[in-house]
Amino acid sequence: MILGQFIILGAALFSLGVYGVLTRRNAVLVLLSVELMLAAVNVNFVAFDIYARDVMAGGQIFSLFIIAVGAAEVGIGLAIVLLIFRNRQSANVDELDLMKL
Amino acid sequence: MLQLLTNANTLLLATEEGGHAAETLSDGGLLASLAWLIPVAPMVAAFVIALYGKRMPYKGWDIAIGVMGFEALYGTALLLAHIANPIAHDFQVEIGKIGSMPIEWGWTVDGLSIMMYFLVGVVGFFVFLYAKGYMEGDIRFTWFFASFTLFAGGMLVLVSAPNMIQLIVGWELVGVSSWLLIGHYWEDHANSSAAIKAMLVNKVADVGLFIGAIMISMSVGSFRFSDILHAVEGGAAAAPLLAQFAFWGGLALFIGAMGKSAQFPFHVWLPDAMAGPTPVSALMHAATMVTAGVYLVGRMFPLYLTDGFATEVRAVIIIIGGLTLFLTGLIALVQDDIKKVLAYSTLSQLGYMTAAMGAGAYTAGLFHLFTHAFFKALLFLGAGSVIHSVHSNNMSDMGGLRKTMPWTYRTFLVGSLALAGIPLFAGFFSKDEILASLNYAVGEFSTADGGSSVATVVLILAISGAFVTAFYMARTVMLTFHGEYKGQAHPHESPKIMWMPLVALAVPSAVIGFMNWPGLTSTFTDVVGARAVRVLDHHATGFDYLMLALGLTAAVAGGLIGMRIWGPDKETQAARDTFRIPILYPLLENKYYIDDLYMDGVVRPIRGPLARAMDWFNGHVLDFIVNGAGLLAMSLGKVVYWFDQRGVDGAIHASGAVTGAGGGMLRLLQTGKVQQYAILIFAATVIMVGGLVIWF
Amino acid sequence: MNDWLTHAENWVFILIALPMLIGAWRSVTSRNVVHSVLFLVIALAASAALFLLLGAEFVAWSVVLVYIGAVIVLFLFGIMITRAPLGMETELSHSNQTKIGAALVSGALFALITVTTITGFGDTEIVAKPTRTSEIGQSMFERFVIPFEVISVVLLAALIGGIVLARRDPVEGDEALQ
Repeated sequence: MILGQFIILGAALFSLGVYGVLTRRNAVLVLLSVELMLAAVNVNFVAFDIYARDVMAGGQIFSLFIIAVGAAEVGIGLAIVLLIFRNRQSANVDELDLMKL
Repeated sequence: MLQLLTNANTLLLATEEGGHAAETLSDGGLLASLAWLIPVAPMVAAFVIALYGKRMPYKGWDIAIGVMGFEALYGTALLLAHIANPIAHDFQVEIGKIGSMPIEWGWTVDGLSIMMYFLVGVVGFFVFLYAKGYMEGDIRFTWFFASFTLFAGGMLVLVSAPNMIQLIVGWELVGVSSWLLIGHYWEDHANSSAAIKAMLVNKVADVGLFIGAIMISMSVGSFRFSDILHAVEGGAAAAPLLAQFAFWGGLALFIGAMGKSAQFPFHVWLPDAMAGPTPVSALMHAATMVTAGVYLVGRMFPLYLTDGFATEVRAVIIIIGGLTLFLTGLIALVQDDIKKVLAYSTLSQLGYMTAAMGAGAYTAGLFHLFTHAFFKALLFLGAGSVIHSVHSNNMSDMGGLRKTMPWTYRTFLVGSLALAGIPLFAGFFSKDEILASLNYAVGEFSTADGGSSVATVVLILAISGAFVTAFYMARTVMLTFHGEYKGQAHPHESPKIMWMPLVALAVPSAVIGFMNWPGLTSTFTDVVGARAVRVLDHHATGFDYLMLALGLTAAVAGGLIGMRIWGPDKETQAARDTFRIPILYPLLENKYYIDDLYMDGVVRPIRGPLARAMDWFNGHVLDFIVNGAGLLAMSLGKVVYWFDQRGVDGAIHASGAVTGAGGGMLRLLQTGKVQQYAILIFAATVIMVGGLVIWF
Repeated sequence: MNDWLTHAENWVFILIALPMLIGAWRSVTSRNVVHSVLFLVIALAASAALFLLLGAEFVAWSVVLVYIGAVIVLFLFGIMITRAPLGMETELSHSNQTKIGAALVSGALFALITVTTITGFGDTEIVAKPTRTSEIGQSMFERFVIPFEVISVVLLAALIGGIVLARRDPVEGDEALQ
């Protein structure tokens, strides 16, 4: 196995995640795409960790942290989406344009 | 021309020097260095009175009398100090430059100035006292005293002037205050016309003053009197430029002096100036302002006396003086208005002073100025007292007032006796000195160029003038105070504040002549002779008995004949009232038609065609230029406006519009939609990092 | 390339990678909300398998437990609560115009990342060796103990934050929140 395959895979996943973030209208689906991006990053980390044969397994540990942070972020994000939904009866991102000039 | 030999016909001993050498003169100490207060105090006080006078308890008179009291005291103090220890002090500071000649401001304290300070201060003080009573109830009381104080200040500026420029400033100041004061009762158009007449006649003569001042100052290179007179003292060889201009400059200066001192033919303003209030006539037109001309000649005396300079001008001076003294004296004989009598009398006496100066008698001329100030002021104040009481100026409305106005009568009598030259009153000594000097001049002027004959004629005129003086004063006294009262009012003695100054002035009128008893005292000579520059002068060391006899006879004769003719005797009264000498009387009553000559010859042509021509020129030529300039400016303005609106404003609007449009376009980026921002962020990141990567 | 394909593990890799990519692709393009979530599950599961392939066993099972087990469930709850339109819906994604722009951007991003990293690390070999959990545990509590504690605080904050944000304000007569 070469490192390149994991890198390409990670990059592809990440780009798809970006595509999703930019394209989706539903706020929850945006968050979903963000999760995808995080997963891509995890792949990258672990791949590099194995490549580097890290004694401390830093990459793996860091990906654990990423998982934890991702979970926390989703929790909060969904709470916010909930609040927005309560206010507007809609989770459509397009309608959140109060910062418009 | 100067003969320093004794004249065998007289017992005169001519003294060579009237001036003390500079080393023996003192600096005057504190009294002299504070002398700037003398001209400055009244000037300041005038403004204070004008601004705050109405709020003062005495409506401004308190400030005025305070200042004049100060002046009197200071003048007296200076005089006494000067008598004890002659002072010659001079102080000037430069305040500007004309070309390379500095304009300076300062004050002089020397014999001549001190004499004038004393005169203005003391006479002024008593006149101001009197004026409180005379002007009581006048609606312009405060303004009157403001102008009067301004006049005092101006006169003091004039006599304290150490240079030509300041003298001219003082000259003009007194001219302005004269105009203000003569025109005090301006509701009557005749009064304001009289004021303007005084101003204009003086202005015409001032041309001479300016020309003379310029010629003499520029040829010496300095405006300072001390520089000019020292140059004269150095002799004609050492100051050739001055010697060259001295004659015309000196003549021009004298013409200026003629205006202020009302010499023939510039005398026409003085009788009309009687339109002003009597205190004004007393102080300005008897004692001080009119003496400014004589003062000027006295100040520049070495110029007129030193060989090689302006000695030829003396012939002109003496002739003018002689003409004035006689001709104006005659007019006084036919005047009904008491003030006009005194006015013509003043003119006559000024002629005496001028003639004396022309004869080279510095002391005599100035001594007469000095004594005349006191008794003429006294006479005017007395006349004012009478006028105030009977509400009429005309002697035909008076008569018998000696019973109802005793103090006025007594003091008026003293003044008349002094004026007529009766011994031992003041006028006797001064007039006698003049006659003596004229007599001396007869012997002194050369017979070759007719100078001696001229002096003889003037002497004869002067002696006859003594007769005429006594004659018209007797007439005045008789008509006013003796006989029966012919008027309608109820005459009464004036209030104390008016007749007390009369008494105060009567005292010097009586005794001040003793200052210069020929042979005994020479206090006055010493006073005025003590200057920084030597003043050549002839002062008698004893009486000239011939002149004494002639003068006395003339005066007494005039007095007695006058008393007889205008006495209360009823028979002569009828004859007198209808008496008219055919040609002489109309000539005198119309003042030799000189006023008419001026009016038709000078005033009317100027007012008529000349004024119209100037108006046309002004309207069509000057206004055309001015209007044209205005139109040009307007069109220029329109062009600039267009440019400003389109160009400048356009640029600004455009920049604003561009900014707005740019902002409008950029605003579209801010949709508020997060995803849009996200896309932009990602795109930007990609580009930047990509760029970096490609670079490296 | 041929050399690469001879190794068995690479075939396994392909076997895992394809579902992952398809899952990811469908997740972002599906018109059905629930389908999106479920496709993500596939992708995540595939990533767990990948980790196993690489020998990172602990991480793999953590992914399964936490991501698939908790996070996805959370997503499903979120979808239900926000009453996202269940079923086919054309409104889930933006207009085509936006899609093209986004595609461009993500494509460029992909190219960028790939190029930069491949040029550096593309050909290096990896030898997968199973990582023992005890090693991870040891490393975690020796070297990374502070980040560990911080993460626990972060989770606590998220917990509290979530509760505070999402609860309704008490209203008079509302017994459910008493």
